[in-house]
Amino acid sequence: MSGRVLVGVKRVIDYAVKIRVKPDNSCVVTDGVKHSMNPFCEIAVEEAVKMKEKKLIKEVVVVSCGPQQAMETIRTALAMGADRGIHVEVTGKDYENLGPLQVSKIMAALAKKEDALLVILGKQAIDDDCNQTGQMTAALLDWPQGTFASELSMEGDKIKVVREIDGGLETVKINTPAVITADLRLNTPRYATLPNIMKAKKKKIANVKPADLGVDITSRLEVLRVDEPPQREAGVKVETVDDLLARLKEAGRI
Amino acid sequence: MANHLKEEVMKLYKTLLYLGREYPQGAAYFRGRLKSAFMKNKDEKDPEKIQKLVARGDFVIKELEALYFLRKYRAMKKRYFDPEKKSDT
Repeated sequence: MSGRVLVGVKRVIDYAVKIRVKPDNSCVVTDGVKHSMNPFCEIAVEEAVKMKEKKLIKEVVVVSCGPQQAMETIRTALAMGADRGIHVEVTGKDYENLGPLQVSKIMAALAKKEDALLVILGKQAIDDDCNQTGQMTAALLDWPQGTFASELSMEGDKIKVVREIDGGLETVKINTPAVITADLRLNTPRYATLPNIMKAKKKKIANVKPADLGVDITSRLEVLRVDEPPQREAGVKVETVDDLLARLKEAGRI
Repeated sequence: MANHLKEEVMKLYKTLLYLGREYPQGAAYFRGRLKSAFMKNKDEKDPEKIQKLVARGDFVIKELEALYFLRKYRAMKKRYFDPEKKSDT
């Protein structure tokens, strides 16, 4: 086994930015908007780097799919401690239509090519909230999956995953190679400070195209319309308790 | 001796400036405060005092990293975790 971990990272609109929809309702405004690494992807990178620091694995390879700007996200991951990067170049309309199915095909192809022991991804992206890529990648590779991981431990050639599920925690033990998706409480991602970013400039980022991996990235989905969530209605102030009861009855609440 | 300290101070300033880009009240606000904080001590000559100030700067770096992490963690927790569903956390 190579002892290599593949981590997928996605460049998304920064979590703190107020999202605006284009006037033609076709998509969200992305031009000139601050972008950063998906928070769950940061947690995925941190876990891989931690495993390397504990000498459980040998190499952390970080992958991102997208246009030139995806390189920034890869560099941030390299600054956090990843060893090398792979930039899968997808631009223009192809990038707009890139979804979990296409990315999981790419990740599966790379996992085989790089002889990966583990593929670690964020559980979902904060822009599309699909929560599909990890699961699809595992299915395409026919590998076991440990999703919503809040704790990971290697036990020989198996991996113990504590998963966050509705109503509590579930512990599973799965064979390697495997796909893991990171949940919020897996770890505390380190900040990529300036000195680390400078050092990371020496690390290599390979450039590939989906066609080089034999992956067809045509989308089977079409976005028809994007709308903002409904505006919250203004609250109404009432003078007395009787007034409140009358209003509640009117609204059919009691 | 003075040169090596000057390098450390410059490195600290650059690191803080880089961190300040994400400051909640705006990068420009942060930059202004950072500059005035450094300017206030620009005539300091005692190397020991300078080391102490640099150490304080390192402390501020840690505080900022903690601030950014907590902000992000709380935002993610609020968005993705329904308090009703969790049994005990």
